[in-house]
Amino acid sequence: MSHDHDHDDHHHHDNHFSPMEARVRALETILTEKGLIDPAAIDVIVETYETKIGPRNGARVVAKAWAEPDFADWLKRDATAAIASLGYTGRQGEHMRAVFNDGETHNLVVCTLCSCYPWSVLGLPPVWYKAPAYRSRAVIDPRGVLAKFGVTLPETQKIRVWDSTAELRYLVVPQRPEGTEGLDQEALADLVTRDAMIGTGQALAPEARS
Amino acid sequence: MNGPHDLGGQHGLGPVAPEPNEPYFHGDWEKRALGVTLSCGAFGAWTIDESRHARENIPPATYLSASYYEIWIRALETLLQRHGFVSREELAAGRMLEKGAAPKRILKADMVPAVLAKGGPCDRPVEAAPHFAVGACVRTRNFNPTTHTRLPRYARGKVGVVETVQGSFVFPDDNAHGKGESPQWVYTVVFDGGEIWGEGAAPGLTVSIDAWESYLEPV
Repeated sequence: MSHDHDHDDHHHHDNHFSPMEARVRALETILTEKGLIDPAAIDVIVETYETKIGPRNGARVVAKAWAEPDFADWLKRDATAAIASLGYTGRQGEHMRAVFNDGETHNLVVCTLCSCYPWSVLGLPPVWYKAPAYRSRAVIDPRGVLAKFGVTLPETQKIRVWDSTAELRYLVVPQRPEGTEGLDQEALADLVTRDAMIGTGQALAPEARS
Repeated sequence: MNGPHDLGGQHGLGPVAPEPNEPYFHGDWEKRALGVTLSCGAFGAWTIDESRHARENIPPATYLSASYYEIWIRALETLLQRHGFVSREELAAGRMLEKGAAPKRILKADMVPAVLAKGGPCDRPVEAAPHFAVGACVRTRNFNPTTHTRLPRYARGKVGVVETVQGSFVFPDDNAHGKGESPQWVYTVVFDGGEIWGEGAAPGLTVSIDAWESYLEPV
């Protein structure tokens, strides 16, 4: 599985990217010539985050917590262990905490200082999560941020913003939607979006399930 | 440091712009940037704290106009030069000119699944008991180090409540600068929105940070 440096057949949608394409290629070339990196390892890393580690992991955790009160309790007490029991461990998920939305409080996660994000359950963060606009606004104007995601909370609902300043990584457990009593855990997981687990969304209603 | 990365509460940084059906990568170079960054991290030559500090040291105008993978690559070039793996001349030439330093470990393809599954836990035991208990009222210190810190500016000199004692962890302010791991207790400290943002703070808002013990003083 070698990396072909000449297969860049897609056109750039932004000129800004062209110098970076050249810069990263140069760096990879130097490091490969020195034997410091294995291009095939890069392929495996990319494949892992494209196909194996993504928000479906977190959705399964949330669905299990909705369906099994004992698991929800474990997730509250020791999220790292509870999540590891489903096989989700490792990089940027070493120290997990789960925070539960309820009728009183909505939780929202940000990293104002960099881009800390629970990779083991959500995969790679979206661009907006790492961008200055979100990182600056989430802590001061969370309702304005939520509006950009089409989320409007009742005036009376409190908002708790978790700034990931240390090595704890936060997973939001959204409220279970109404009318989902008959669904099994895989069907429940279909309702749990990535944004719902960051706090910029809510779980989908069952009729929205495709 | 009071760098361009410390963004909480700043205005004028544009609209939050979620992208419908966002792809994992916007261009092939982002894939390679991810993989190169993780592969070089596996050398064991620097810590995550040193790499964060290298990103924070990117000049503000560049930092704020760069995508996050560009920030990663710029910082990685700094780290590779600092630790003798790659020279400035090599980066300019785009090819190897000299051998350079040898890393402790080279990440091969067959090692990747285990390395990603293990991650890099940074909890460490400390002998002393936690200084603050759940429910304690604390004030964050007001300091402005030119070195690495994880206490954001918006949360300095503010009074909050210890909600959780999260365990003891590597202290990044030291570890980023090769001064050792110096583990400390970490606390989730919650602030009322009004304590941080004052007049006009969003009603019903609380904000928490995860704070190392030496960031906190009793009230």
